[in-house]
Amino acid sequence: MSGPKLSRAFTVTNPQGLHMRPLSAFVEAAARFRSDIFLCRGAEQRVNGKSILNLLGLGAEEGTQLMLEVCGEDAEQAMESLWEVLHRNYDDEESV
Amino acid sequence: MEIKRGIAVSPGVAIGPALVLDTEGIRIPERFIDRKERQAEVDRLHEALKAAGCEARVNQDAISAKLGKQYGAIFAAHAMLIEDPELIRELEATILEKNHSAAYAVSRVMRRHAKALENLGSATFSTRASDIFDIEKSILRNLVGGAGEGLGTLQSQVIVLAHDLTPSETASLDPKMVWAFATEAGGRASHTAIMAGVLEIPAVVGLGRFVTDVSGGDEIIVDGNRGIVILNPDEETLERYEKARTTLGTFATRLSELRDKPAETTDGCRVQLMGNIEFPSEAQHCLDRGADGVGLYRTEFLYLNKQTDPVEEEHFEAYRAVLLAMGNRPVIIRTLDLGSDKFMHRMEHEERNPALGLRSVRLCLRNLTLFKTQLRAILRASHYGNVRIMFPMVSTLLELRQCKMLLAEVKEDLEEERIPFAKKIPVGTMIEVPSAAIMADELAREVSFFSIGTNDLIQYTLAADRTNEALASLYSAGDPSVLRLIANVVQAAQRHQIDVSVCGEMSGDPIYALLLLGLGLRQLSVTPQNIPEIKNIIRSITLDEAKQVAEETKQFDTARDVNSYLREQTRRILPEVVN
Repeated sequence: MSGPKLSRAFTVTNPQGLHMRPLSAFVEAAARFRSDIFLCRGAEQRVNGKSILNLLGLGAEEGTQLMLEVCGEDAEQAMESLWEVLHRNYDDEESV
Repeated sequence: MEIKRGIAVSPGVAIGPALVLDTEGIRIPERFIDRKERQAEVDRLHEALKAAGCEARVNQDAISAKLGKQYGAIFAAHAMLIEDPELIRELEATILEKNHSAAYAVSRVMRRHAKALENLGSATFSTRASDIFDIEKSILRNLVGGAGEGLGTLQSQVIVLAHDLTPSETASLDPKMVWAFATEAGGRASHTAIMAGVLEIPAVVGLGRFVTDVSGGDEIIVDGNRGIVILNPDEETLERYEKARTTLGTFATRLSELRDKPAETTDGCRVQLMGNIEFPSEAQHCLDRGADGVGLYRTEFLYLNKQTDPVEEEHFEAYRAVLLAMGNRPVIIRTLDLGSDKFMHRMEHEERNPALGLRSVRLCLRNLTLFKTQLRAILRASHYGNVRIMFPMVSTLLELRQCKMLLAEVKEDLEEERIPFAKKIPVGTMIEVPSAAIMADELAREVSFFSIGTNDLIQYTLAADRTNEALASLYSAGDPSVLRLIANVVQAAQRHQIDVSVCGEMSGDPIYALLLLGLGLRQLSVTPQNIPEIKNIIRSITLDEAKQVAEETKQFDTARDVNSYLREQTRRILPEVVN
């Protein structure tokens, strides 16, 4: 896919880790963009950011270092939107 | 090889691979498909995913409304998992590259993901494995059917083994795909057993624990004549059964030749042999076997599995279809015979003892709109054939009078509305409660016919739940107490010159045919598939023989002695019937 390729590193701050609730919000947001979206953990794990199953498989707990990669024509908007989703505070809602 | 003994509830022999349903739903056998079927299998997968996704979203809305949004979100995540692009890619690849069946692919791939989550070693993520299992189940349910409705969409021919099947699950079985079934629970006259007979699927129930010993795909023999199930039969047994199946086939062909001959004893006593049906399509089953009419048209199917009561038109269409099919042969429609425990949306409070609770006419008389809707539909349909109305589970004279009064009211309404209906419709009552059997003389004055419902009459007389396998030996049509009640009812009917028939499973059991005729019955209503066999017996005996057997039977004081005597007498006349 043509378009810019952006990436940004971040650390999971959510005490519950990236559990079902934040991940579904992430996938929901990711699905709105045409860009390819990946979350990477270290050099080995690079998973499709539109697949909740694969994101769950990252097992990202609090403190895990991750890289968000976005590549495609709407990469800039996607990065902005997903960055917001990742830094939303989910723990004021009951985690289920 | 392992032999299990249970209760034979639907005759026939079947040999085939097992499909095991356990409490978890369905266990998926490792199955590969033909290369040519791969694309069709992928299409099936997509349909199942779509349906499962819809279900999750319906759940999301329902749970959000009930418990709050954050709980509904669980199902939103489920829907997201079901529609996960990586999952779908993986499933497609497994089907296309490895030729796995869709069900097997789902089962394998989902389990691998669940395992991976469990292995992450984090509490937060390992508990998510249960969500994956949930989703697996819901996709599989849509693909092959759980222990539920989807049994109707099986892809290959199987023998179904389960702890238990509900009547509606049994009803959804496709006789072309399910060669036989066997269950751990259940009794001779359970609705599941009745449905098996209706569908003409060989069945054995009440086998006790055995399902966990079987793997999907194991070879199984179900002998619905003798109540035997054989797991992994050896060569010799298999050969014997293959042969038996062929012989039975010949016997069945001979029986089918009886279709156009009357049910008449060799000394010229004509018996009305009718069919019991549940679904309109079964009228044809009756006609195919030369039935003299429909002796029992159960109407419960109109109410089951519904969130709302059926409307008058639904009743009317179902009744008219049967009446038109049967021409001028009589059709006895039984009004609603269900307990409130079967109506989820009507249950006001749980009953401690539903069999003795608010059911059948008791329920109808307290829900007049429900009752009148059905009566109106029957009356309107009466215009199209020879209908008779029968009230079930009447236990007192007052109840019968109330039912008749209500019927008169509905007739008046129709007259006012100038809607045509037959003017002289015979009204009868089931005799299935001991009090009614004892008061038969009084009841006979107020009805045109009796129909003895032996299933409930036995259950209530012996206080033995007919579905409790532990009580199978107590629950017997041959019990002298039951026979005395039947004799009393027949005599009352004769004194008042009204018709009397037997419509329980007893009348379809060949060993009771001689006795029932001897007791004075001239009308029997049986599962359509039993018609040829019973007709064959009737056509092989004389009325004197039957009377003598009825007389002799009086000397026995236990069900066991009665039954072994009757078996012996039947064998003497028709050895191939009793084995």
